[in-house]
Amino acid sequence: MEGNLNALTTIFTEFYYWVTIVMMFLIHVGFCMYEVGVSRRRNHLKTLMKNAMAIPLVTITFYFFGWWIYFGFPNGPGITGGLVTAPFAEPWNPLMGTHLSGVNPGETGVTPTDAALWHRLNGVFWGAFLLFSITTASIISGSIIERVRSGAFWIIAVLVGSVLWILDASWGWHPQGWMVKLWGYHDAYASGVVHAIAGGAALAFLIVLGPRIGKFRADGTARDIPPHNVWLVTIGLFLIFTGFWGFYAACNIPLISPATIAGQITGETWTATNIYLAPTTLSAITFNFLMSLSGGMLAGYIVSKGDPFWTFSMGLCGVISTSAGNDLYHPIQALLIGAIVPTICYKLHYFVERRFKIDDAVGAVAVHGYGGFLGVVVAGFMLWGQPSSPYEGFAHINPLGNFAGAVLMFVLGFAPTFVVCKILNGMNLLRVPEKVELEGVDFALNHVFEASVREVGAAEKAMIK
Amino acid sequence: MSTNGMESWAVDLKDVGAIYPFQGSEVVMVIIGLGFWIGWHVLQTRHESAEIEADMAADRTGEETRKAIDRH
Repeated sequence: MEGNLNALTTIFTEFYYWVTIVMMFLIHVGFCMYEVGVSRRRNHLKTLMKNAMAIPLVTITFYFFGWWIYFGFPNGPGITGGLVTAPFAEPWNPLMGTHLSGVNPGETGVTPTDAALWHRLNGVFWGAFLLFSITTASIISGSIIERVRSGAFWIIAVLVGSVLWILDASWGWHPQGWMVKLWGYHDAYASGVVHAIAGGAALAFLIVLGPRIGKFRADGTARDIPPHNVWLVTIGLFLIFTGFWGFYAACNIPLISPATIAGQITGETWTATNIYLAPTTLSAITFNFLMSLSGGMLAGYIVSKGDPFWTFSMGLCGVISTSAGNDLYHPIQALLIGAIVPTICYKLHYFVERRFKIDDAVGAVAVHGYGGFLGVVVAGFMLWGQPSSPYEGFAHINPLGNFAGAVLMFVLGFAPTFVVCKILNGMNLLRVPEKVELEGVDFALNHVFEASVREVGAAEKAMIK
Repeated sequence: MSTNGMESWAVDLKDVGAIYPFQGSEVVMVIIGLGFWIGWHVLQTRHESAEIEADMAADRTGEETRKAIDRH
């Protein structure tokens, strides 16, 4: 009976994560629609391909080293211990492929324990984390449209998607992460580990890249560059909302026994947990996801005077700003935080644009960067004193730990991205020439398209009798 | 001190109830939430009225309106 229950739990968990991966793909459908909708007609194709190609690039690099980083670095290394060995996450390990839980004669690098745990879960866990990785990279993509070289973005996408974010996840979004142990860092649905780091990276990229031609008037004030297709933008954001359900579900462990957690939880009650293995429920995140989304959209409608782009974006920001604590908040708390934080982010977006001449085409730094940062900070206060982990000896959740964590997330995105962008800029690989920007980055592709249309049209007309 | 009363997860989950912060203030939170909702309608109505007034003040000749009709 126990064996059957364990098998059922494993297969249920495998299927659960598989479904979240499919749902999270909608985030990327949404991102592509949203970015193309925001870009002007002469930049559509390159805008689409820039975002879309982050998917295969982050996928292969996350297979090669991203997944291993998550398991290798929870101690720093050098902060709470050394590098952790994780053979099951190494790309040459048999558990990184089809496997049926035994150990073949001569099969190296596979222990019976690893095989029993990971044979069905490695692929779906890897896939779920990969979709977080692609999301983190894609967040940057929209802010830099219409003047960036695609190749530069793809290098940064790999850096952020397959190295930086998964490093911070290992530190602050892992049951044994040093930030959780020492600081009581709590960020259940990744306000900081996904959104703040991506916002920090986007800000660094924008500083080095500079604004689009025509964004600022001679007196330094900003011009509005409206989306060419507001319908595509809003449907894209709707799809991101939809995919976000998968993102939230994938942040939970769906079913686990107290014995498996091997902490202090007593009794026999099985539960869902957050990534830190502390109890929560799918109902909790359903309440809080919807209430924070509603708070953001309601506030966004008022502060933006009914602007669809900002109303939807602030809905997203509402969710991001509560994600750090949405495993534990009351729904009305999620509603209010989800309304207040996006309002601050909206104001900050225009302040930073005006004061520092930052041209963020989609407001990604505000929605993800400031929203994620503030979300982590607020959770530190709201959840003050609560246990961060079921394991003994971990620091409790506290404002200082979460504030330091939020700063670390933002800086970990900002600093390396700034350095790499500077290098790319020095090699003239960051931004398209002014002539190409004015023509539109699709100029040559459009000429080929139009020539093809003319040629095939002429051939067809010649057949008319 | 803990905002939800939990100091440790060394408990039997069948004995644990609500785990959100500031338990006991549900009625206050509902009142604040209702205030937020009513306030939203007040602000939205003011904004929409101003927008309609601006629309009424625009296009005195009807030319732009004819163009809008032609655009469907």
